[in-house]
Amino acid sequence: MTQLDFQTILPLTILTVWACVLLLVDLFIPKDRKGFTAFLSALGLAVTIAYTIMQIGKENTGYNNMVVVDGFSTFINLLLLVSGLFGIALAYGYIKRMGLERGEYYILMLFSIIGMMLMAQAADLIIVFLALELLSIPLYVLAAFARPNLQSEEAGVKYFLLGAFSTGFVVYGTALVYGATGTTSLSGIFAAASNGTPSLLLTIGAAMLLVGFGFKVAAVPFHMWTPDVYQGSPSAVTAFMSSGAKIAGFAALLRVFATAFPSISADITNILWVLAALTMIVGNVTAISQTNIKRMLAYSSIAHAGYILMAFVPYGNKEVMSVSIAAGLFYLVSYAVTNFGAWSVVIALEKAEGKGLEISDFAGLAKKYPALAVAMTIFMLSFVGLPPTLGLVGKFYLFRAVIAGGFTGLALIGVVTSLVSAYYYLRVIVNMYMREGDPTVERETWLDFTIVMTAIVTVALSFVPQWLFLMASTAVLKLF
Amino acid sequence: MEFLLQPLTLLTFFPLLGVLVLLFMSSEAKTAIRWVALVTSLLTFGVSLWVLSQFQASNPDLQLEAQYSWIPGLNIYYYLAVDGLSILLVLLTAFLTPISILSTWKAVEDRVKDFMIFFLLLEVGMMGVFLAQDLFMFYIFWEFTLVPMYFLIGIWGGPRRLYASIKFFLYTMAGSILMLIAILFLGVQTGTFNVPDMIAKLPALYSSGTISATTQMWLFIAFTAAFAIKVPMWPLHSWLPDAHVEAPTAGSVILAGVLLKMGTYGFLRFNIPLFPDATVAAAPWIALFATIGIIYGAAVSYAQADVKKLVAYSSVSHLGFVMLGMFALNAQGVSGAILQMINHGLSTGALFLLIGMVYEQTHTRDIKVYGGLWKVMPIFGTIMLIASLSSMGLPGLNGFVGEFTILLGAFGAGVDGVFKPMGGVWFAGISAVGVILAAVYILYMFQKMFLGPEGSIVEEVKQHGHALRDLNWREIVTVAPLLILMFWIGLYPAPFFNLIVPAIEKLIQALPL
Repeated sequence: MTQLDFQTILPLTILTVWACVLLLVDLFIPKDRKGFTAFLSALGLAVTIAYTIMQIGKENTGYNNMVVVDGFSTFINLLLLVSGLFGIALAYGYIKRMGLERGEYYILMLFSIIGMMLMAQAADLIIVFLALELLSIPLYVLAAFARPNLQSEEAGVKYFLLGAFSTGFVVYGTALVYGATGTTSLSGIFAAASNGTPSLLLTIGAAMLLVGFGFKVAAVPFHMWTPDVYQGSPSAVTAFMSSGAKIAGFAALLRVFATAFPSISADITNILWVLAALTMIVGNVTAISQTNIKRMLAYSSIAHAGYILMAFVPYGNKEVMSVSIAAGLFYLVSYAVTNFGAWSVVIALEKAEGKGLEISDFAGLAKKYPALAVAMTIFMLSFVGLPPTLGLVGKFYLFRAVIAGGFTGLALIGVVTSLVSAYYYLRVIVNMYMREGDPTVERETWLDFTIVMTAIVTVALSFVPQWLFLMASTAVLKLF
Repeated sequence: MEFLLQPLTLLTFFPLLGVLVLLFMSSEAKTAIRWVALVTSLLTFGVSLWVLSQFQASNPDLQLEAQYSWIPGLNIYYYLAVDGLSILLVLLTAFLTPISILSTWKAVEDRVKDFMIFFLLLEVGMMGVFLAQDLFMFYIFWEFTLVPMYFLIGIWGGPRRLYASIKFFLYTMAGSILMLIAILFLGVQTGTFNVPDMIAKLPALYSSGTISATTQMWLFIAFTAAFAIKVPMWPLHSWLPDAHVEAPTAGSVILAGVLLKMGTYGFLRFNIPLFPDATVAAAPWIALFATIGIIYGAAVSYAQADVKKLVAYSSVSHLGFVMLGMFALNAQGVSGAILQMINHGLSTGALFLLIGMVYEQTHTRDIKVYGGLWKVMPIFGTIMLIASLSSMGLPGLNGFVGEFTILLGAFGAGVDGVFKPMGGVWFAGISAVGVILAAVYILYMFQKMFLGPEGSIVEEVKQHGHALRDLNWREIVTVAPLLILMFWIGLYPAPFFNLIVPAIEKLIQALPL
């Protein structure tokens, strides 16, 4: 192990060591002071962020091309770490209020983030598998964290079973790809696949991988677990899961396909096209009939996976790929910010025993808590893609990339489903502003902080999106 | 600082200052809130007059430009500018907003602060639509106007407000997403979103076949979808009556006065210069739909029992005239169309205001319960008569000038212009019948409500302890500016034409006629 090797995983190492130490430290933190663990976890994330920022602009591979650092991984890692901070801020008051406060909550989150970051850096299918397991297993535990609450246990088991199933696909796909090319390294696969005609075995292997990742990002038709898991898990977990796991899943999908499989892009592009279209249509149409806000947001997150998938469709086309990757990353940021905001409003309204989670429970919010209603309106508008929010800029950028790639038909499906989505997002606004009701809200410092921050970022970044554009377009993938 | 002191930047974002002040006011101080909103909108009107004083009427190009690079990677600009096509609409927006705010003085008692905030935000959006010269920026403002209007209808509207507001929102958005695709396609093909740059680059793309004639037609249709719904052109008008009837008075005034003009303006600013060949090819078809709209709107108006709905359908008819004139694609037609946009804003705005004033006292809009109002409310009756006559296009008032010029243009286009291949002078001929039909439904409404024996409502209001009162000073002040302009445009329209004609001639010359 050389020093260079070590440098590629420095932030990961820091976070891993920190999480392990915290496991021990947590034993000595008294039960009523678990907030201290939250603070220490956030501190660990902050330190890791500092080290990750130092990696900006660096490009390295380490451990015999197993792990890579490039603009893409750094961008994704920063996004994941900041999501982690938001995740902690959301959970801080919530798990206390719900009687779930146990120190391992935060530590499990840290381990999951480590897995996600490794996923973004993986340059070998074995590492991808390792990262997938590392990010998923803590999430299975977190989903069932509200035990002995039946719904939460159900969510945990469901997530675990289907997750394990999907991981099986990834492993099987890896094996087939190995059979076709004799290597698991992405650069090796690329080299082997571009010589001679691509074999059917390779295509099937790649399709298997796609299925596995499809589960993680909740793309239709691999989305069946999403509504139940998102609804059953504690809301703070869902908020983190629906952003973090999706970011990591897309990172792996993008890196694996863009670097290893451009030679079979003709087939895969068609599959991705259909997946993206199906995901947008099913996600948005099914969301219409939901009455529970958590379920609605679950379907909305499926729908957004479809939008992000659109950015992947032209992945074999070198000319537009860098633009569409940048657009995809931009959209991921806009989705993550908005998503955290929306979930934190949900958490503010949630009562014990799963009460306060119907969309009708939002009735009258605008009169009693105008600021909260304004924030939620901003998030809903951002999800639809209306000004003045980041969601509009994200969609504009994304659809532009899709059209530049020559997929105007797909973009058309994208905008039409956005119109459909306007209906159910507006329903939340209708309830808040145009119906009478008497909601009660939990005010917690860190929760308020998250809501205010995400709302401000959602609006402000829509006026000055230049630097995010710049960052996203410099976050290029290291190709072989 | 230089950025903020640009006249057009100031004009667009000035209402935000009022919003900022309102945010820090207690929602209990209703009168103070109203004054802040009114003063803000009056100052905005002042800024618009300043812009007018800087405006050079003889210059056909974009003026007072404020242009900064916004998102360099995609060639998106912060770009505001005004020319003859938009100057009158900008003034109309700034002019109608304070009037609308004044009309809510007694009508809106609930959540006044929110109402005024949404109203001022709406003004920002409308100004931006008329001034933006970058398609990304235009799209942002275009979509943004939906949000405050949605709230205005949905919160302060009538009994079916939820239905009307969602219908308004989804219907309008359905059109604009198609436009979004076309905008993005243009952006990808030309490499910029800056409209003047785009207009400069497109002819080369058309002649080289990079964008085929069919594609051009599809792009034209996509833009048309957005604008035709907004106008609204027959048969895409069905959101309008719902939105108008349910909206609060001030909302109806702005909706009819300004928001609908965003559609007609969009045709003028984007469809015609961006897709010249498609424009010429589609002109007779647009004229056909416009003509059907004129007759249909007039006929349906006549059948209405609800006076607000009657005026709403009359908008469909009047905007048919605007579209007919615009797509005659000659100087008379287009200048008549622009003037008629203003006229419609004034006369329909006045009608909605007046109906709102009587509704505040009677709480019904059912025509058949009214009658003999002139005797009870003489000032109201006189003003209503002027507004009605203006709406039906009586010579001496503004409506006549606009409709006459439009019909002149349409006849011209039928004899040796774009309508010659299809329709010919028939469009103008049939539309002229629409003028007569307008007289029928407007006079019918006026006769039922103001003449004849006293209607049952007069007695009913008396039973509640207070008789119908005539207009008070605030109400007269609210409508007086509209009346003055009706006479001004009707008797001496030259200054208005002078502002718009050079830009129109430039627009027409660029067309392949």
